[in-house]
Amino acid sequence: MSFFNIQALKYLDCGPINLQIEASEIIGLNGPSGSGKSRLLRSLADLDEHTGSVILKATEQGSLKAHVWRTQVALLSAETYWWLDTVGEHFQSYSTENANALGFESDVSAWPVSRLSTGEKQRLGLLRLLENEPDVLLLDEPTANLDPENEQLFENYVMNYVHVKPACAIWVSHDVEQLKRISHRQYRIEKGQLLTQEKGI
Amino acid sequence: MFIKLTTFDLSLAAVLVVLLGVLSTYMKLGVAKQLYIAALRTTIQLSLIGLVLKSLFESTQPLFVLLICFVMISVAGWEILSRQKRKLKGWWGFGVSTGSLFISSFLITVLCLFSVIQADPWYSPQYAVPLLGMLLGNTMTGIALGMDRLTQTAWQQRPVIEQRLMLGESAHKAISDIRSEAMRAGMIPIINSMAAAGLVSLPGMMTGQIMAGAEPVEAVKYQILIMFMISAGTGFGVISVLWLISKRLFDDRERLCFRRLLKQSAD
Repeated sequence: MSFFNIQALKYLDCGPINLQIEASEIIGLNGPSGSGKSRLLRSLADLDEHTGSVILKATEQGSLKAHVWRTQVALLSAETYWWLDTVGEHFQSYSTENANALGFESDVSAWPVSRLSTGEKQRLGLLRLLENEPDVLLLDEPTANLDPENEQLFENYVMNYVHVKPACAIWVSHDVEQLKRISHRQYRIEKGQLLTQEKGI
Repeated sequence: MFIKLTTFDLSLAAVLVVLLGVLSTYMKLGVAKQLYIAALRTTIQLSLIGLVLKSLFESTQPLFVLLICFVMISVAGWEILSRQKRKLKGWWGFGVSTGSLFISSFLITVLCLFSVIQADPWYSPQYAVPLLGMLLGNTMTGIALGMDRLTQTAWQQRPVIEQRLMLGESAHKAISDIRSEAMRAGMIPIINSMAAAGLVSLPGMMTGQIMAGAEPVEAVKYQILIMFMISAGTGFGVISVLWLISKRLFDDRERLCFRRLLKQSAD
């Protein structure tokens, strides 16, 4: 049995989708807008209704309480939201060291969330999400608003986390070059079906 | 001592309402129609209830009293619903609002009649009906405000609630801030009127009793009793409504379930 197992997953008019992912593996996923990439990630995190089975380390999704499942199968959505006054209040224990590794030079925990740019929110959103130490990372176009330098830091940070934990990840991106760089296998979603990425695309 | 009002006295007051309506039409403020309808409803409803109460006080049939209470609670539940911008679909909406009114008003009235006032018999309509009416009128406002705040804020803050779910918070926790904000919204009117009572405002019931010739100190005691009952009733009512609705907003997998809400335009 694989580390993370998706069997006959159906949601809306998409699927059935089958995918097995091993520990320390990153899966790259792309496809046209509206093809159901984000919905797939939301179903895996159990935020949308779906059928089929999703199994993490022999534990069935439905056998855990939904909020416990989401600490282990964590979704970083394309846009992150911050509802308290300062950055630090959103963390259980804010780590300056980790923030530095993602390119923050000064201490951002005291920053009011209103001054964060979209890119900064995405990087801090990753840090916040990783506090739960999830086994599966679901990343929805996480570097869409980052400059090349921060994009590289972000990629390294995720690859390092997946390798050390070990965890696995599904990384959705429109940037095929990026997917080749960071992932072990690449797939496409088209018309609700998961297809193996042909070479040369 | 007690001065009776004539139809002429009331028509003088009515002229003021009409003047306000005319001014509102002139300034295009758009409340004239609603104002006239509400004023008309007040006149008709109160006249009718005056007749009902008259025959009710003469009969003291427990079943009749209960029937009146039942009608009052249902109408109040309906009023709460009609003030919601987004309400629960189907019988849930009506069930939640009437159920909470049952807790907030009916049970508290019964408790008060049994233990505090000790009327004989306990259901004597002269005490039961006005007490219930006063409680319903006041808790209704609090419950309607709390409910509306909860569903509206949850709707607007959907991304935040979902973000918190993604971070592994339980449904209960993810909506906790919104729930306490709604609780505050529902409780503020009664907290304000308790704080201002006697200094800024002389509450209606007390004023009425005094005008009817009652001893001011006795009237004050009744007013304090009523204030406490209203605040407790509103509090328990709002809590039960918030608990039920926030449960209903999520499904068994702790996902937001807005399809259970119906949008309607509130006036």
